[in-house]
Amino acid sequence: MNIIIIGCGKIGASLAEQLNSEGHNITIVDRNEKAVSSLALSLDIIGVTGNGAMLDVQKEAGVETADILIAVTGSDEVNMLCCLIAKKEGHCYTVARIRNAEYENEIEYLKQELGLSYVINPEKMCAREIVRLLRFPSALEIESFYRGRIDMVKMKISPDSPVVNTALKDLTRKVSAKVLICILERGKEVVIPSGNTVLEAGDQISFIAKPAESLAFARECKLEKLPVNSVFMVGGGKIAYYVAELLETLKKKISMKVVEINPATCNIIADRFPNVIVINADGSKKSTLIEEGVANTDFFLSLTGIDEENIILGLVVDELTDARLITKVNHMNPAEIPSGLSLGSIVCPNLIASNAIVRFARGLAGSHDFNIEALYKVAGGRVEAQEYEINSESVITGIPLKDLKTKSGVLVAAIIRDHQLIRPDGAAEMRVGDHVVIVTLADRKIRDLVDILE
Amino acid sequence: MNKKIVVYFLGWVLLIEAASMIVPCIISVIAGENDVWPWFLLSMGISAVPGVLLIRKKLRSGHFFAKEGFVLTALGWLILSLVGALPFFLSGRIPNYVDALFETASGFTTTGSSILSEVEAIGKGLLFWRSFTHWIGGMGVLVLILAIVPQGGGDKMQIMKAESPGPSVSKLVPRVRETALILYLIYFGMTTLAILSYFASGMPIFDAICIGFGTAGTGGFTVRNEGMLHYNTVSQVLITVWMILFGVNFNAYYLMVRKKWKEAFTIEEVFVYVGIIVVSTLLLTIGVMLTPGQGKEGGFFYSLHHASFTLASIISTTGFSTLDFHQWPEYARTILVMVMCIGACAGSTGGGFKVSRVILLFKEAKNELHLLVHPNAVRAVKLNRKTVDAQTLRSVNHYLILYVAIFAFSVLLVSIDGFDFTTNFSSVAATLNNIGPGLSIVGPTGNYSGFSIFSKLVLTFDMIAGRLELLPLLLLFSRKTWSKHY
Repeated sequence: MNIIIIGCGKIGASLAEQLNSEGHNITIVDRNEKAVSSLALSLDIIGVTGNGAMLDVQKEAGVETADILIAVTGSDEVNMLCCLIAKKEGHCYTVARIRNAEYENEIEYLKQELGLSYVINPEKMCAREIVRLLRFPSALEIESFYRGRIDMVKMKISPDSPVVNTALKDLTRKVSAKVLICILERGKEVVIPSGNTVLEAGDQISFIAKPAESLAFARECKLEKLPVNSVFMVGGGKIAYYVAELLETLKKKISMKVVEINPATCNIIADRFPNVIVINADGSKKSTLIEEGVANTDFFLSLTGIDEENIILGLVVDELTDARLITKVNHMNPAEIPSGLSLGSIVCPNLIASNAIVRFARGLAGSHDFNIEALYKVAGGRVEAQEYEINSESVITGIPLKDLKTKSGVLVAAIIRDHQLIRPDGAAEMRVGDHVVIVTLADRKIRDLVDILE
Repeated sequence: MNKKIVVYFLGWVLLIEAASMIVPCIISVIAGENDVWPWFLLSMGISAVPGVLLIRKKLRSGHFFAKEGFVLTALGWLILSLVGALPFFLSGRIPNYVDALFETASGFTTTGSSILSEVEAIGKGLLFWRSFTHWIGGMGVLVLILAIVPQGGGDKMQIMKAESPGPSVSKLVPRVRETALILYLIYFGMTTLAILSYFASGMPIFDAICIGFGTAGTGGFTVRNEGMLHYNTVSQVLITVWMILFGVNFNAYYLMVRKKWKEAFTIEEVFVYVGIIVVSTLLLTIGVMLTPGQGKEGGFFYSLHHASFTLASIISTTGFSTLDFHQWPEYARTILVMVMCIGACAGSTGGGFKVSRVILLFKEAKNELHLLVHPNAVRAVKLNRKTVDAQTLRSVNHYLILYVAIFAFSVLLVSIDGFDFTTNFSSVAATLNNIGPGLSIVGPTGNYSGFSIFSKLVLTFDMIAGRLELLPLLLLFSRKTWSKHY
């Protein structure tokens, strides 16, 4: 497909890279000549310098023949204008990044009136992921499938866990929770395990299960920590705002503290969330953190706008407390951060958003037999987890899994039928109406459900 | 530097070279040149065997930066010329290897300078090979590789940047491979049309094809001893038109294919190019009319015909000739040498300094005058209504310096042979700008065989440096290119 990306910042660049590697023809547009030319040289894409909200520039970028236009400039309003013009001038799907909380309640109206096909809010998506992690403190990463009813959870196996030295096929003898382990990271190695794979202490495993089962599994693995009562955030920007908003809706009250250096930003949070304790101070100072009682918090979130500061903060707080850490990075790719730093869970709004857009693009490019419902890149981008809804009969439906000739490095990890998670053993089959989760090594280039066949 | 990827691509260069010898070899067999075609086969072997060995190794890391692009281009073109000279040398039709190298480099760089006085003597197969090197060299062999060899990774643009002429090389479509393919398709289509039109005008088919290659690549090798005078007036007019067309920026043709007429016909560079052609042709017409033995007897239309042919041949850097323009009045010869140095449009198959660079330099000079009056003025240099960025301008200025320096130094080195200044100056102008014939001894009726081996090597260097726009070849001589510590 021909895809135009307006805005050549971190998210634009990451999108260009991912979509380019999926074989689409990418045109990037930005005002910054340097940004455009350096990106256009390093990837096999073409660049146009200029204001992407101008008709002339869009025409030069080929809006008439574009299939998707993605507007990810720094300004929500410019993004909307870009999409509006593209919709009037071309026949493309439009994707806009709109992240200002003020537009939050009007998103549906904007989508309809501006003809937006898809709106992404990286900060909000990031906040959702953070809240998922808060609700399940022993998880390193949680991705959700089937509209949040199925989770894929990543955990580290502790030495005292009963599953150590157990082969996966014998797992049910050791623990009663029903989970399907689909990714195993050991050191630098990433594999999709088979029944004979033996778990070791220190392995990081990802498994698919219903949320209740995952909690039970964590408990049986002696991983479950105390429930979360307090959250300490440094940086009171958009993510903190959305986290506060999401936590507010929970039944269980969690005390929240936000340290923010900018008084105006403090006021926004303080106005909207009277229950949040807002501190106007420099959160990067150790003394401030100690004074505000970081030692007693259950969760510490580094959410400032500077990646380096967040990383340093995480390291400092790790020394001070036992709190679980969540570190936000935006400019770096989490996979590029040296392993071995105790930063807890790393979240990256741009990566979350660009994954969502890649999923959107795959949905448009793929066949109509299947809808791609979710796409996550995990284990440093080396593994993909994809969820499909099966719309009609095809070559893969109605055949027991053991008779399907699937590629190596591809695992049918879950079948969801009538809201029930079916364990995909050899006898199970895929049927119309099912949701299917597959886990695959990223280099297998699975772009559609039928691609899993040899 | 990632030497592995450079070597890998060099393998492909050798394979393409071997493949392109197939047709000349067949022609040689048909023409019954039994002392030539075995040598073609041997040359193909010498080229293909290392080629296959080099590309067999699968590439693990595909990183490709500006440095690799430049080095690959420079080495690729050197190898192309060195190996391409083998059929001439081995068959004994050009007994001296340096002469053969000069002839081949002249072919690939689309110069068209020759050391042969009787071209027909080398035989049909080698004549075809000579003309075919023009066609390959016109658009570039690495661009061909980009078009036909499936390549992962996106940074191959560096190769295209290094091989394609012009101050700023840009892609037509997002993918490098498709861009290269589109360029070659346009090139192939136009060449076919040119060949058909020549054939229709009464040229023999072999001549039509060879001259077609010569015009398409803006090369200038002929296949007849008497040159272009062998063909009728209609053919000559057709050649004039095609030479001008192949000197135009290929972006214009792409825009036409995409039916973007307005953009296609408002390219500033093409306007100036056509303007230079019209004005100079009129001036030259007067010159031809004043020349005894030519226009003095022939009249206005005869003069206009030959003036336009010569001018088109020189500005597109092709180098075909009908009349001996060395006989023309001094002012007309001066115009020709000046036009030699301007050359064709960027992004065409032509050589020279490039019209767009000249435009940019003049615009910069104009701004400089403006700055003298208003010292704090801020002015942008625009081309096609778009501001040209400072880096492009800087590189154009640097290009001018290098161009002048190499030009002057080459004239100095060539002058050791003891010919007159006109010969020395015009021979460097004709080779560095990839034109072909110069004035005096190297004029349309002469050739380059009189130069010493040393001068021939200098001129060979100039041809390749001119085709690759100086920088890639100079980079080969830089210690920084090869050292790990820089």
